[in-house]
Formats: sequence, C-alpha cells, structure tokens
Amino acid sequence: MKKLSARRRHPLAALVVLFCALAATGGLYAAFAPAEKAQADSSQSLAIEEGKRLYAVGCATCHALNGQGTSVGPSLIGVGSAAVDFQVGTGRMPAQQPGAQIPRKKRIYSQTQIDQIAAYIASLGPGPSIPTKDQYSPDGADIANGGQLFRTNCAQCHNASGKGGALSNGKFAPTLDGIPPKYIYEAMLTGPQNMPSFPDSVMPPKEKKDIVAYLNKIDTSSSPSEGGLELGGLGPVSEGLFGWIFGLGAMIAVAVWVAARTTKARKS
Amino acid sequence: MSTASHATNDATARRGKAPAGERVADWADGRLGIYSLAKANMRKIFPDHWSFMLGEVALYSFMIIILTGVYLTLFFHPSMQDVTYSGPYVPLQGIRMSEAYASTMNISFEVRGGLLIRQIHHWAAIVFIAAMLVHMMRVFFTGAFRKPREINWLFGFLLLVLGMFTGFTGYSLPDDLLSGTGVRFMEGAILSMPIVGTYLSMFLFGGEFPGHDFVARFYTIHILLLPGIMAGLLVAHLILVFYHKHTQFPGAGRTEKNVVGMPLLPVYMAKAGGFFFLVFGVIAAMAALASINPIWEYGPYRPDQVSTGAQPDWYMGFSEGLIRAMPGWEINFLGHTLQLGVFLPLMIFPLVLAAIAVYPFIESWVTGDTREHHILDRPRNHPVRTGVGTAWIAWYMVLLLGGGNDIVATHFHLSINAVTWFVRIGFFVLPLLTFIATKRICLGLQRRDKDKVLHGRETGVIKRLPHGEFIEVHEPLSQEKLYTLTQHEQPKPIEVGPEVDENGVQRKIGTMTKVRAKLSQGFYGEGSQIPKPTAEEHVEITSGHGHH
Repeated sequence: MKKLSARRRHPLAALVVLFCALAATGGLYAAFAPAEKAQADSSQSLAIEEGKRLYAVGCATCHALNGQGTSVGPSLIGVGSAAVDFQVGTGRMPAQQPGAQIPRKKRIYSQTQIDQIAAYIASLGPGPSIPTKDQYSPDGADIANGGQLFRTNCAQCHNASGKGGALSNGKFAPTLDGIPPKYIYEAMLTGPQNMPSFPDSVMPPKEKKDIVAYLNKIDTSSSPSEGGLELGGLGPVSEGLFGWIFGLGAMIAVAVWVAARTTKARKS
Repeated sequence: MSTASHATNDATARRGKAPAGERVADWADGRLGIYSLAKANMRKIFPDHWSFMLGEVALYSFMIIILTGVYLTLFFHPSMQDVTYSGPYVPLQGIRMSEAYASTMNISFEVRGGLLIRQIHHWAAIVFIAAMLVHMMRVFFTGAFRKPREINWLFGFLLLVLGMFTGFTGYSLPDDLLSGTGVRFMEGAILSMPIVGTYLSMFLFGGEFPGHDFVARFYTIHILLLPGIMAGLLVAHLILVFYHKHTQFPGAGRTEKNVVGMPLLPVYMAKAGGFFFLVFGVIAAMAALASINPIWEYGPYRPDQVSTGAQPDWYMGFSEGLIRAMPGWEINFLGHTLQLGVFLPLMIFPLVLAAIAVYPFIESWVTGDTREHHILDRPRNHPVRTGVGTAWIAWYMVLLLGGGNDIVATHFHLSINAVTWFVRIGFFVLPLLTFIATKRICLGLQRRDKDKVLHGRETGVIKRLPHGEFIEVHEPLSQEKLYTLTQHEQPKPIEVGPEVDENGVQRKIGTMTKVRAKLSQGFYGEGSQIPKPTAEEHVEITSGHGHH
C-alpha cells in the first residue's frame, strides 16, 4: 500500500485511473446489457419486430417513428419491400447527407437486416414486394426486345448504353454498369428518387425481364468491347478528348521528332 | 571507283543504249515537259520547323480518309429501306432498321477488317479537323496570313468549314440513334428559320423528317460533292504554298528575300514520305486501340427514341454549346412563332467561324501594311493579334464546354444548370479576360527579351566581389540570338493628322479614318509594345560601366 501511495503523484497516475474507470464502465455495461436475441428466426412477426427495431435506430430520424415521413424524408407507408431492398441494398439509405440526390455507396446493413426492415415497411401498407429470382434472371428473356424498350423508355436519362446522364440542378441518372439485375428490376418497379416508376400495370413483368437481360448483355464488365478501349462509353465528347490529347498529341510529338532529325548541310 | 574506270563506263554507256530509266524519263519529258518542271521544283527549299508539319498532318489524314472511305463505300448501302437485322450481334437480332444501319453493322461485324477501317476513317476525321485547326492557329499566331498569303488563308478556312460539314454528313450516314438525333437537331435548326425554314427542311429531307431520302442525299454530299470541292481547294492551297514559297521564323541569315532550309528532293521527299507513314501509323494505332462511334450500342435511329449524352463529333461541338447555352426564348411576331432559342444560335454559328476568318483583313486595314511578309512574327511581338487569337480560342472552348455540359456535370459532380450559366457568362466575359491576360503576358515577354538583350542570360552563378558584394553573373547572348530577339520592326500607329490644313481650314476627317487611327493606336500604341533595345543602349550597357 505504501508503494501505491508513494506513486499517487506520478505523472501517469491520472491516466491509469481514467483507464481503469473506462474499463470498469464498459465491462459492467457488457455484463448487464440485454443479450442480443438469436437472429435466425423464420417467423414473419419476429422479422417485423426486428425490422422495427432497426428502423427506429437507422431510419426513423428522417422517416418518422411509424414511417409516416417528415419534412426531410418521405412517407414509407405503401412503398413496399422492393423499395427498401433497393434503397438499403444499394447503400443509398440510410442517407449520409441531404443533397440534390442521394448517391449509391457501400451498403451498411446485411441482407438479413435489410429483409427485416423490408418486412417491417411492407407491414405498414401494401406495396411492390421484392422480386423473385426467376422474375429478374436474364434466362429466357428477349434481349433485342429489351434493347428496344430500353431505348424507348430509359435511354433519354440513362444513355443508350446505360452509362448514365445528367438531370437538372445536380441530379443525375446513375450508370447501370455493374448493377445486379435485382436492383434494376426493383428500380423500375418502385421508381426511386427522380426516376419514374414502371409498375406492372404500365410495363408487364416480361418486359422488365427483357430490359434487365439487355442490360446484363451489354454490361461492360461482362461483355467485350468490340471496337477496343471504350473511353467511358460516353460518345463523341470522350472520343474528341482522346483524339485531341492522344491523337494530335502523338502527331505533334512525331512532328517534333522528325523536325529535330535533319541532315546537316555539307559544304561541297 | 576510280576516275579512269568511271570514264570507261560512261563511254560504253554512250556507245550502247541509255539506261531504261533514262529512256522512260526522256519519253515522258517529250510529252509532259517534266525536266523543266523538275528543275524548277526539285531543289525548292523548305524551312525546318515542327510547327510547319501540322498542315502535313491534316493533308495526310485527308489522304487516309479518302483511302479508307473508298473501302467503306464498297460495303455501305446508302438506303433507308426497312430491313430486319439477322447478323451476329445478338442484342439487335430481329430489330427493324434501315439498310444503311444494317450495312454499317455488316461492315463492323462481318466484313474482313471492316471495323478497323471504319475506325481508322473516323479517327482520321477527328485528327484531320483538329490538325487543320491547330495548323490554322499556327498560321494565325505567327502572322503567316499577311500579304501575299491572304487568299491561301481563306482557302484553308474554307477547307476547315467544308471539313466540318463533310464530317457531319459522314457521322449521319450510319443512321444510328446518336447521329439521327444530330440530324434531327439540324432539322430543328433549319425549321427555326423564319419563312424559308419549313420549305428548306421539306426540300432537304424530301418531305417530313426523317423521310426515306436523307441518307442517300447525305451520301452523295459526303462522298462526292464536299470531298470533291475539298480536293480542289487542297490542290490550290498547296500550289499557292509552292508559289509563295514557305515562310520562315526569323533568324540570322534569314531575310524576306530568301528561304533557309532543305531542298524538296531528296530531303523533304524522304521526310514527308516518312512522315505520312508515321501519321498513318498513329491513326491506325488509335483505331486499333480505341473504339469510336460504336453504333451497335446506340441502336438504329427511330424518331421516338433519344439517348442522353447525345453530342456531335467535337468539331461541331461548339454549335451544340450555342444551343445548350441559349435560353429557350420564343416570341410571337405578327402571328408567327419565332423560335429564338434555336434561331439565334444558328445565326451566331457562322459568326464564330467568320470572326477568325476575317481577322487578317481587319489587321491589314488597321495597320495599313501593304508590304509582302515572308519572315514570321514571334507571337509576343504582336500582343494584340496574339490576344485576339487566344480570345477566340477561349470563346470556342467555352462553347465546346457548353456542348458537353451534361458530361461535365456528371463527371465533376456539378449541377448542369451551374455549368450552363458558366457558359452563358463565359461566352461574353472569357474572351475579354483572355485578351487582357494574353496581352499582358506578351508585353511581359517583350520586357524579358529586352532584359536579355541588354543584360544577358542569368546564369545562376553567384560571385562574391572582393569588397563583399554578391552579384549574379550574366552571360551575354550570342550575336545570332541578339539578332533573333531584336530583328522585328515595331510599327508606328497611324495618325489622323492635324485638325486643320496648312491654310488653317478645318480638314474633313471621316469616321472610318478616326476608327482606324484609334484601332491602330490600340495595335501599336504605347500600351501595346515595349520599345525594343536599340544598338546604342546595348553598347552603352555592355561597354563596361557597371558589372552587369
């Protein structure tokens, strides 16, 4: 004890005390906090229960406690589970900050949690539900018809090859390159953010499947680019830049090289 | 070989027949007079500078375009007949399209080497017009457009404009969704013309847009009419280059009366021939590496479809910028709707081009200079001309930016409205700012030249003198360098003259004369050039007073 009291004025004493106090608080919390319930419960009501809990933590700030919406977040009653799966699955929700448009980012919930939140939101009112795999899988779809539909309905914002485009005031239609078929299907179904929705009454499921199959076919990550480097697939703007910088740049470099190499005048 | 054996060989040759080559040449000379032509031109001297080869890049790309274009015509069907695609590109199988589009798909996917040739053709067009523009800027900034070359300047300018339209008609031929949107854009511009618009559109398209005629008509214009005129102009352009002789940069031994350089044969023939293959190589490499106009991604044109990010090729980009930046004004004039949002850009479009084309004539009027010029100017020695040139480039560039406002917005995370407003304001402000900045930079460079002439080059060597003072050692310039920096003449601005004549009677001075004097003052007045160092100043400073 004498040793301890002798060191109580040591410069590090305060730090040691602080550390002990923190460890004690944390340890006590861990010991007394309610243990998490087992996640793997197949019962629908349990999923809704869990979803509600997750919702209260991650979503209620903007969308209000019962999903009725606030001035910063729209009402979620009747948006259906497909909307939740799209928004949370692509990382758009929960939003980081308000802005012209909420961008896609790394998603923070696991698929199980997303399903739970989706179950809770679906319980608030009827809406489009998450499509099944055979609804959006490209197998057996008419790719050419999908392309025709895409150019008619989607290309004016997303570009003919799905590379995205600008909308007014900083909003934009994102690129569709590398987006899993499920999310493309859900986006058409629910019309997230600035996108119009294409419910089954407007565009039958077969046509959505065709569009998804077309996009899957032309996706740059899976299909070859026949002409060589894609240059972003942005058309004449990037082609012009490439032509000026690399084409004309190379020409000038070559011209300088040729002009620098000249025969020396010989006195004869 | 010794002289003796040489003589014997000559003797045997004289006894027998002349060599085959000589006989062919003799034959040709008897009919074409090639000997006198060759004698006059083979030893023609060309000066050496890389920037003189920019025009060559344009020339060679034009030749490549013609060569590849001929190959493409063998497989392209300029028809708008409706066909159903059954080629190897899966995402379009079973889609109805025009024959023009289908045959372009055929060229791209089935014809041997077709896609490569198509891409060479298109990349060469991109490079061709870029090279023409850069070549034109070289001529502009060095003052190579002055007498006697004004007509050749206009020929070159016409080639640029024709090149733009040849490019545009070619881009429209495949009848894909992107180019169809471009043609629709053009039709809209034609329709916006009061009174004649609808008639012109109906005439051009043979009825309502798109009709069944425009691909065939554009085809004739693209492969026959415009290239024919261009080939003629090109020959005239080159003949004039030969006739005027090439300009050269100032330097010791170079005068208005001589050309210092290398003879056409053999040096320039070898260089130019080699350079052709280098240009071809660069373009072929571009075509082999990078995709251009992948029409299969855009799909066939249908008037009810449109894709975002629809831009013309870069050389038409400034017209796109004009349209995109223009507010959508529409007025009603005596019961007729005037679509100013389209009509005004259509009227400004030729003005943007004409602004640079007429400059040589304005300059010669303002300066009153009627002498011939074969020695090029260094851009810094003509701050106003250089300023006008860069201001025009800034003007052009801001419109080009406007033409790609959506791509700029998405890729730099900006609002497209903000980009458009930047273009609207920049259209008026940027040329002015660029002019002022360039003029100041030119004057600064003139001052630097003056310093260099009088005080020599800064060596970076610091010397400490016995009494402790530190000085930097300046190295005097060589005689050649001094000449290059001081050879230019500094014109005096034109004066209006006295208000009254010798009898005290008020003189009549026209407004134009006054404007001209004002402009001349702006060109060569006090604020527009730094007096170059005189020989006396140089002698005084280098004669040993002071240590630098």
